Amino acid sequence: MNFNKIYALGLRHLYLIMNSFPRVLDLIYWPTVQIFLWGFISKFFTLNSEYYSNTVGIILTAAILYDFLFRASISFNMMFLEEIWSRNFTNLFIAPIKIREIIAALTITAIIRTLIGLVPAVLIAIPLFGVSVLKLGIPLIFLLLALYLFGITLGLLVTSGLLRYGPSFENIAWASLFFLAPLGCIYYPIEILPTSLQIIAKALPLVHIFEEMRSILMNNYVNYSNIFKSITISIVYFIFGVIIFYISYFGAKKRGTLMNMGE
Amino acid sequence: MFIEIKELKKIYNKFCAVNNINFQIDKNKTIGLLGPNGCGKTTTIGMMLGLVSPTSGEIKIENKNINLFNRDEILKRFNFASPYVELPKKLTVKQNLEIYGRLYGVKNLNKRIYEISDDLNIKNFFYRKTGELSSGQKNRVSLAKSLINKPEILLLDEPTASLDPDIGDFIRSYIQDYKTKNKVTILLASHNMGEVERLCDSVIMMRKGKIIDQGTCKELIKKHGRNNLEETFLKLARSEDEL
Repeated sequence: MNFNKIYALGLRHLYLIMNSFPRVLDLIYWPTVQIFLWGFISKFFTLNSEYYSNTVGIILTAAILYDFLFRASISFNMMFLEEIWSRNFTNLFIAPIKIREIIAALTITAIIRTLIGLVPAVLIAIPLFGVSVLKLGIPLIFLLLALYLFGITLGLLVTSGLLRYGPSFENIAWASLFFLAPLGCIYYPIEILPTSLQIIAKALPLVHIFEEMRSILMNNYVNYSNIFKSITISIVYFIFGVIIFYISYFGAKKRGTLMNMGE
Repeated sequence: MFIEIKELKKIYNKFCAVNNINFQIDKNKTIGLLGPNGCGKTTTIGMMLGLVSPTSGEIKIENKNINLFNRDEILKRFNFASPYVELPKKLTVKQNLEIYGRLYGVKNLNKRIYEISDDLNIKNFFYRKTGELSSGQKNRVSLAKSLINKPEILLLDEPTASLDPDIGDFIRSYIQDYKTKNKVTILLASHNMGEVERLCDSVIMMRKGKIIDQGTCKELIKKHGRNNLEETFLKLARSEDEL
């Protein structure tokens, strides 16, 4: 791995953000709207639901963590799509940068994009709704790590689709997370799902992450084995995502789509 | 032989884009790759750049199969410019050159950026976004990017397409001047026969994925009994019997 090249590719995306105030605004706008929406829903449920009655902010914390996953995945996809939209694909893939360095650069830059959007929203939630994700304590770091790895994995799978099918796959990029959300048990316990879907849900890291989050906030109990299970599952998916990306890259070389990928 | 293309073939589904072509390029020579649209020029360039995998055949650089080189090692020696491939539109000219300079591991990058910008006359729009530039300005920036690493092998795909005669001439003069001052091997795909006659040491004529003739411009003109390269191109492009 050459860190100068990873930095160079990261810089390309940071310049893109820095050159455009509307772009920064767009990054901050959607997470903030999400926080407002779920903040009010959360407030309503804490006042009216028996399940949530003792714990203020579980829904809002879940919304923040889910948005972190969503932003990480979308950031990864967006950066890849930027190369397609700007017709820069050929220049990028003929530069002396390894595929793993491209993945590393996108992965690292995605966290910056994600945090630019999410940090202001998280800070707003503290005075406005009295909810802070920091209440999760040290486990928050591990939960975010698992979410981030899974978000990047979804990004890798979508970008693999873009390599395979071209820009027409773009709509799937936006839809991918909504497809998994019901199985992620973000706002409700896994028992709500039918038994058959519970089996599928357990194979995703999301269930373990959000179950653990609820357990910490409601019972004040941290089960590290659950947290590490979610990280392990995320790592397995991440490796799978990287393999699929490589397969798509070599497939694109075979079909010649790298040569004329564009809008 | 510096570059050797041996029995190179590319089949997309059932369509044969490049059909067992063979050619060699000596070091520091400029070779023109000519042929009608869809004849396989871009696919050949794509295979040389590692963007397209050949169905069969091989590309050798200094007698070594290109696949045996480390990806970084070989791509550092190449670069490419084409008006059909753009640089990120929302980044300024300087930002784009900086990023590509870093990706190619250019030493003394700032010095190199200013040097090439001076040569190509792009300093006056250095801080403008690349997407806001005219075609002529974009082409010069694209050429600057392709020379940022002082490549040993430069692939140019219609570098003066859709440019006005003045800018087109500026770019041709620059390439001509650059190759006399630097050690560079150029493969130039073009539809501008005047440009090819002016810049190329020899030409390769392609049609329907095959090489139908090759030689110096003078040799080809004489061989086909025509007055200039354009007439020779038309004769070869339109004749069916030679395939």
